[in-house]
Amino acid sequence: MNIVTLSGPFTHASNSVQKTMFTVLLALIPATAFNFYLFGWPAILLFTVTVGSCVAVEAACLSLARQPAKTVLSDYSAVLTGWLLAMSLPPWAPWWIGLLGAVFAIALAKHAFGGIGQNVFNPAMVGRTAMLVSFPVVMTAWVMPHPLFSSGAPGLADAIAITFGGHLPDTVSAASALGYIKTELSRGIPVTQSMAHVPELMDMALGYRAGSLGETSAILILAGGLFLMAKRIISWHIPLSVMGGLFVMGAVFNAVDPARFASGTFHLMSGATFLGAFFIATDYVTSPVSKKGQLVFGLGCGVLIWLIRTFAGYPEGMAFAVLLMNGLTPIIDQYTRPRAFGRSSKGEPLPLEKP
Amino acid sequence: MLIAVISLTVMGVVLGGILGAAARFFAVEENPLEEELKALLPGSQCGQCGFVGCSQYAAALAKGETPVILCAPGGKAVAEALAKKLGVTADLSGHEEKVPVYSTINEALCIGCTRCIRECSTDAILGANKLMHTVIIEACHGCGKCAKVCPTDAIVMVPVRVTLANWHWPKPEVEHMQSNPEVGHAH
Amino acid sequence: MKLYPIRGGIHPDYRKDQTSEKAIVALPMPAALYIPLQQHIGAPAEVLVSAGDLVKKGQMIARSQGVISSPQHAPTSGRITAVTQVAAPHPSGLPQSTIILEPDGKDEWADLPEPIADPFAADPHTIHDRVAQSGIVGMGGAAFPSAVKLNLGTQKKLEILLLNGAECEPYLTCDDRVMREFPAEIIDGARIMAHALGTPKVVIGIEQNKPQAIEIMTKAASAFAEIEVVAVPVQYPMGSERHLVQAITGRETPARKLTADLGVVVHNVATARAVHHAVRFGQPLVARVVTVSGGAIREPKNVLTPIGARIADLVEFCGGFAARPESVVNGGPMMGQPLASLEAPVVKGTSGILALTAEEINNHPTSPCIRCGTCVTICPCGLSPVEMAAFIRKDKLDGAAKLGVMDCVSCGSCSWACPSHIPLVHYFNYAKGVLRVLENEQRKSDRVKTLAEVHNLRIEKAAEAKRAALAARNPAPTVPTAEEKASA
Repeated sequence: MNIVTLSGPFTHASNSVQKTMFTVLLALIPATAFNFYLFGWPAILLFTVTVGSCVAVEAACLSLARQPAKTVLSDYSAVLTGWLLAMSLPPWAPWWIGLLGAVFAIALAKHAFGGIGQNVFNPAMVGRTAMLVSFPVVMTAWVMPHPLFSSGAPGLADAIAITFGGHLPDTVSAASALGYIKTELSRGIPVTQSMAHVPELMDMALGYRAGSLGETSAILILAGGLFLMAKRIISWHIPLSVMGGLFVMGAVFNAVDPARFASGTFHLMSGATFLGAFFIATDYVTSPVSKKGQLVFGLGCGVLIWLIRTFAGYPEGMAFAVLLMNGLTPIIDQYTRPRAFGRSSKGEPLPLEKP
Repeated sequence: MLIAVISLTVMGVVLGGILGAAARFFAVEENPLEEELKALLPGSQCGQCGFVGCSQYAAALAKGETPVILCAPGGKAVAEALAKKLGVTADLSGHEEKVPVYSTINEALCIGCTRCIRECSTDAILGANKLMHTVIIEACHGCGKCAKVCPTDAIVMVPVRVTLANWHWPKPEVEHMQSNPEVGHAH
Repeated sequence: MKLYPIRGGIHPDYRKDQTSEKAIVALPMPAALYIPLQQHIGAPAEVLVSAGDLVKKGQMIARSQGVISSPQHAPTSGRITAVTQVAAPHPSGLPQSTIILEPDGKDEWADLPEPIADPFAADPHTIHDRVAQSGIVGMGGAAFPSAVKLNLGTQKKLEILLLNGAECEPYLTCDDRVMREFPAEIIDGARIMAHALGTPKVVIGIEQNKPQAIEIMTKAASAFAEIEVVAVPVQYPMGSERHLVQAITGRETPARKLTADLGVVVHNVATARAVHHAVRFGQPLVARVVTVSGGAIREPKNVLTPIGARIADLVEFCGGFAARPESVVNGGPMMGQPLASLEAPVVKGTSGILALTAEEINNHPTSPCIRCGTCVTICPCGLSPVEMAAFIRKDKLDGAAKLGVMDCVSCGSCSWACPSHIPLVHYFNYAKGVLRVLENEQRKSDRVKTLAEVHNLRIEKAAEAKRAALAARNPAPTVPTAEEKASA
C-alpha cells in the first residue's frame, strides 16, 4: 500500500480551474459571435490577434520563469484574458493595439505579480486602460455596426487593410452613446436633448449601436451572465451590486436634474455595464472572496462607474472603476471576513445565553 | 518669514527639550530587550552556553556580544527566535538536525554516584547515593549535562519518540502544476 | 418540528447505495483479534491480563485509568497470546499497546454484570457506572467515553438528548442499517440515557436521504411522547455535533463551550444501542457494525465485526479488492483517516472501511489558488480557508491561529470544493498539530523554568545554611553591625 502522504478528504467535487475558465469562455460565445456578425471581418481579425498575443505572451512569460508552459496554458486563463481584452477594444482598431494590450495585460498585470492568482489588478482591464491612456484617439474610434455580408461591410481584403494597414475609413466613425452625451453636454446641450439622438434603449440592448464588442448586445451578455450563475461559477452578489450601485446613482441624480444627469436605465444599457458587471468585476482573482466583501466591491464599482462617466474626462468608467476597486480588494477582504461559528464578529466566543 | 523661522525654531527647541527630558526621567531601569530575550530562553540555567545562567546569556545577547546559537537545549527554534528578535541572521548550520532529546539512565551501568543529580538544574533525576537513578521525563529538557558528568557512561540522550499521542500531519508537499516564480526551478 | 439553517456546507456524491440495502452480516470469527488499549479519547486502559491467560467473551481485559478513559473487554472467548505493540488504525501506522487474543471458537460469555431490572427507577449513577464499565465510547467516530457525557446531567440542567443519526458522510450506511434493523433497541437505549441525563426530551435527527430509517424510527418512537424523530436536510456536515444542534434548536454553541452548555447532549444512534445492551443484558461493547465499501471492494457490505478484527479480515470477507485501491480509509471519505496498513484492527470508533479507487477520490495536482472564494462561502465554521492556508504555506502559524484555524473541525468541505485541488484541510491539520505541539512544549518549558527556579532557591538556601553553620562554629570576634543585629 501507499505511504500515506495526504490527509482527506478522499472525494472531490468534479470542478477544476480549467472547467471554470472554459465555462466562462462558453458564456461569452453568443455575444462574441453576434458581434462578429455586427462588426465583420476587422473585428474577427483583431480578436484573433489579441487572443493569440495573450497566449503567446503567457507562454513567453512562463518559459522565462522556467515553468511548464503546456500544462499552465491549458487552464485557459490567458485565452480568457485575451478574449475579455478583445471585447473591450474598438472592433476596428489596428492589430498593434491588440498586441500591446496583450503585453500589458499578461506580462505586466499578471506575470510581474507572480502569475495566475497573484495579480492585484484585472489583467484585461489593465491592458485596455494602458491602451486608452496611451492611444486615446485610436481607442475611441468607434464604428457603427456593419453586419457581415451586408452592403458596405468590409470584405476580408478590406478588413486586412483596416486591421493590419491602419486604413480606418473616415466616413464610418461614430461616437458611442456615452461619448456623444458627454460631448454634447460639454457643448452646453442638456442630456434631455441629446438623448433624442442616441439609439433607442431597445437597440442598445440588442446591440445595434457603436461600441466595443462587449459593449453592444447587452442581452446576449446578460444571457451569458445568467448562464454562469446557473452553473454557479459566479453568484449574484457582484453583478447585482455593480448594476444596483450604478442604477441608483443614475436614477437619483437624474431625478434631481434631468438636464445634467442621464437616467439610471440609460447608464445600465450603455457602455460596458453588462460585460463589466457579469464578466469583468466578477474576476475571481481580483475581487473579494467573501459574499459580504463582494457586495461592498460591487457597490463601489457601480458608484465609481457613475462618478467617472458623469464627472471625469472619459466617457466610460468601467475599466477605471474596476481597477480602483481591485486595489481595495485586499482591504475589503480583511474587513469582511465571515463570522466564525460560535464567535462574535470580533472573534470572541459568543456569550452563553440561558435557555 | 522671520516670524515663521523663529517660531519653528523655538518649537523645535522646546519640543526637543521635552523629549530629551522625558527620555531621561522616564527611562526604564532594565533593558527591556534583555527581558524579552530572557523570556525566549528555556530558563533552565543549564549553563551550557558558557554563561552562568539564562539571564547572563540574555544580557550578553542584548549587548550584541555573543552569537545567538549557543543555547543547546533551545536548539534551532530558540536560535531562530533570538535572531528574529535581534534582527540578525543566525548561522544555523550547526543546528540543522537538532531534535528534542531526553536523558535516560542505563540502570545496569549506574553506580549511584549522584553526580548527575547534583548537576541537574531542574531536579529531573531521582535517586540517592549508591542507589539506581531514574529520569523524570516530564522535567527533563535535554540539556545533556548529566550525560557529560556520568563516570560510567550510563546516561545517554535519546530523541523524544514520535508516538500516537504527539504525531501530527506533516506540512503538505504540494506538487504545484505551476510552482511559484520565486522558487521556479522546474528544470 | 421547525428546523434552522446551518451555514455553508456541501452536497457531495453520497454513494450510499452500494451498501444501504445490504442487511448487516456477521464476520466469521478471525484467527486472532488485536485489541488496542486505547480506542478512545483520554488515557489508555491498563492491561489486566498476560500471555497465556484464558478469557471469556465480555470479560474485562483492561481497565480504565483516570476520569476520561474506557476499559476493554474480550470480544470472544479464547487465549491471550501476547500484549505487544501493533500498528494502530492511524495514518502514521505507528504502533500501540495491543492485547492479542486467539479465539477458541466457543464464543462463551463470561459471567456478566446483572441486568438493571428497571433502569427508569435506577439511580442515574447506576446507569453511568454500567456504561463506564461496559467500555462504551462514542461510535460515530470520535470515540469519546460515553459515560463521561452521561454524567453531564449532574452538573448542568439539560433539556434535550439529541441522537445523531444524520450519517452525513458519503458511503457510510452502518447507522442507517442499525436504525432500520434494531429500532427498538436504539429507542430503549435512548430512553435510558435520557433518564440518566435527566433530559425531558429526546430528538433523533436523521438526514432526509434515509427515508426508510426515518419511517421505521418514527414508528418505533411513536409509543413515547418524549421522543421525536426529525428529518434534517441533506447537507454535509449535518452530522457535526454543533451543527446538528444548531439545525434542531437554532442555537449556536459558543466557541470553547460544549453543546451541553446549551442544554443539549448529543450521542450517536449506535451508542444508544450499546447502552441498551449494557443496561438490559450486562453486555459490554465488544462488536460494532462497520460499513465496508468503496469502488475497490468486490462485495460491499455492512459487517457486524468483533472489536480487534484486522481490516484485512474485513476486506477478505467482502470478497477482497476488485481493483487496486488508491487509498484505504478508516471512516468516511470526508473526515476519515487514511490507513497505513491493513494489518491494523477495527476499533470501537471504526464506522467504515473504504477502499477507494483513483476515480472516486478524484485527486489532481494542485494548481495555484484563483481566489474563487468557494471555500469561504461553504465553510460551515465561518472561517476563511484561503487566507489561513496562505499563512500556513509561509509557515506563519500565528497568523493562521489568529484567523481561527483551531476552530476548524476538519470537515473537509473546503478541500472537496477547491477547484485548484489545494489540500486545504491538510494544511489545517498540519497547523493544528504543530500549534498543539508548541503549546505542549511551552507548558513543559514553563514547568522546567519553575523547577530550575526552585532548584536554584534550594541551592542558595543550602549555601546560606552552610555559611550560617560555619559562622556559628567560628563566631566573629568583631562587634556585629547594626544590620546584622537587626537580622538576628
